[in-house]
Amino acid sequence: MQSFVINLLNGVSYGLLLFMLSAGLTLIFSMLGVLNFAHASFYMLGAYVGFSVAARAGFWSALVVAPLIVGLIGAALERWLLRRVRAHGHLAELLLTFGAAYLLGELVKLGWGLSALSATLPAVLDGPLFTVYGTAFARYRAFMMVVSLAMLCALYAVLCVSKAGLIVRAALTHASAVEALGHNVPRVFTGVFAAGTALAALAGVIGAPLFVIEPGMAESLGSIVFVVVVIGGLGSLGGALAASLLVGCVQTLAVASNLSLGEVLSMFDASLPAEWDALTLAQLAPLIPYLLLVAMLALRPRGLFGRRDDHV
Amino acid sequence: MSDAHESSAPPAPSASAPRSFWRGLAPWLALILCLAVPPFIWPQSWLLAYLAQTATMIVFALSYNLLLGETGLLSFGHAAFSGLGALVAAQVFNRVGVPLVLLPLVGGIGGALCGVLFGFISTRRAGTAFAMITLGLGELVAAAAWTLPDWFGGEAGVAIDRASGAPWGSWSFGPAREAYALIAGWCLLACVAMFALSRTPFMRVANAVRDNPVRAAAIGCYPRRIRCGVVVASAFFAGIAGTLALINVELVSTESVSMVRSGAVLIATVIGGTAVFFGPVAGAAVLTFFSVAVASVTRAWPFYLGLFFIMVVVISPDGLAGFAQRHSARVAAHGWRRCRAAYLWGMAAALLWTAAIVLTVQWAYAAQFGVDDGAALGGTGGMGALRWLRASPLGLGGAVLMLAALGGLPAHYAIRAQALLAARRSSASPATGDAR
Repeated sequence: MQSFVINLLNGVSYGLLLFMLSAGLTLIFSMLGVLNFAHASFYMLGAYVGFSVAARAGFWSALVVAPLIVGLIGAALERWLLRRVRAHGHLAELLLTFGAAYLLGELVKLGWGLSALSATLPAVLDGPLFTVYGTAFARYRAFMMVVSLAMLCALYAVLCVSKAGLIVRAALTHASAVEALGHNVPRVFTGVFAAGTALAALAGVIGAPLFVIEPGMAESLGSIVFVVVVIGGLGSLGGALAASLLVGCVQTLAVASNLSLGEVLSMFDASLPAEWDALTLAQLAPLIPYLLLVAMLALRPRGLFGRRDDHV
Repeated sequence: MSDAHESSAPPAPSASAPRSFWRGLAPWLALILCLAVPPFIWPQSWLLAYLAQTATMIVFALSYNLLLGETGLLSFGHAAFSGLGALVAAQVFNRVGVPLVLLPLVGGIGGALCGVLFGFISTRRAGTAFAMITLGLGELVAAAAWTLPDWFGGEAGVAIDRASGAPWGSWSFGPAREAYALIAGWCLLACVAMFALSRTPFMRVANAVRDNPVRAAAIGCYPRRIRCGVVVASAFFAGIAGTLALINVELVSTESVSMVRSGAVLIATVIGGTAVFFGPVAGAAVLTFFSVAVASVTRAWPFYLGLFFIMVVVISPDGLAGFAQRHSARVAAHGWRRCRAAYLWGMAAALLWTAAIVLTVQWAYAAQFGVDDGAALGGTGGMGALRWLRASPLGLGGAVLMLAALGGLPAHYAIRAQALLAARRSSASPATGDAR
């Protein structure tokens, strides 16, 4: 239990990473009405591009360059492909991003090979920051939290204070009126899509040292991000934040715990067959986000802060 | 699951004119011919395995289209139904000893039971929310299959011995031929049943729910109940498809519920086209062609499949079936003589550009993954040329550019011929045409 604080901090940092991904996803969803299925692939692309840039120009420039490159790729996808299929409805757009995810996964395999890569940390960020009860909290995780929070504040400031944010928010709800005022709404869409993918790439660059860079990283994190977005309520930025922190903390705590399923159930006077009881919570950790999703849908189908829009 | 009883319904719709009757019957005859004739001509085992995979995929894609095409529900976790249905079938077969002939029915019932459970959870919302919920459920099942013991027998999976059941007449189903006959028979039966189901009033109501749920609710049907019913029916047929795969490979493993399989059925259905009943059949054939035939030649097959999928979504969102329909209507309107030029030039451009893309992709894959993979590109004839290309990327770039430029020429002519056709049509009748 002494390491609870550290685990909680680790969980929060993981949750903030999840939020960086789900924020971009939510932004694109509420703007374009399409759930970008390729979002996690842009995360992966960001990690790979960041790896290549960091190998030549160092970690700090990768932090800037990789999101720019991936954001440009995202803008190109929106401009040349997504805009073409928009006339056919949201289903075609979702399918297009699904195909893009598929193709991006193959391109990454083609460009960087199948083997796993490991990103290197700059010396400043290596090592423990502080120790609580003998357990160290990594300096890098603190850096991750700082970047995520800074990104969150910047996003909030841009959306709520600046004029660009005003146009974006207006285009969300009254696209034709904004267009009539002389703003180029399709370009705003492209910009939002590019910003969302750039956020995903930033998360990729930052998250890469924590995980291994491999072609399967998009699938492993992607579905969790979608779960987060659904739990938080589709299109709600605050919900995405809450759900990210929830999923991040619960999953990290489950991985770190050494309880078994039988011990947990015995608290409720329940029991299962022996081989089920022997399962540890750490083994079950991959299931937890999905179980949370099912529980959430059973209790509150629109998610934490979702609107009741297409509830028919 | 009442749809299982409707399998005896006639395959063709009530046709007023004999011409439209034959037109409705033609795809069925083609399907039967494609499934039945090749094994007699080339009785090799790989062909039987290939056809069995295609038949399985056909049932799977058609069951998926009940959701996507008929009800407008995009699901990312359809493999859960087929995998769990197959799992139930395997366990029942190993423990109780059901005759193998009836095993797909058992798998279907297993799938439908999962459909009841999942449909209850997921059909509260339609649209994007439904897609995300099915994604979560699919991932849940896939992760549970890895984690939980004695469900999937861990990494090894649950194996069956299809010859161990009670023989059916003189057939033990041990040889691949007999198993294939069973699979093909069940495939046809399931196709007929799904066709009959798609003509029922229930499916018409499902179409109404797809097109306008608010109005459908206003006239007194519960969209949620309808969606749930469709999920159950679709899960039933997905369970049959999973069991057919089980009979084919005698194993159900964690791969049977994986997201890869869910993605594959989505790709097959969309490529084929969701608006036409036989669209998913064509899509299943295309997908199996890519994943078996192309995959045996090059490891770049997922890339080609993804590219083809994106092209279909961008150029013809109603799939191959919609594409064929549109163009056959055009040929019928103009006569094939007038359309000939446009199609010939278009085909030439498509061929040249495909060659350019294939050359580039093969070169890239060979550069990344070693020399042996690109070798199969041009068969034996193109080998020398390919080796030269690999030796000089500059020459390759030149060749690709030349091919692309050469492709541009017929494309230009094709566009001109299309414009001519469109102009002729608009002068003949003021209808709007789709000149691409």
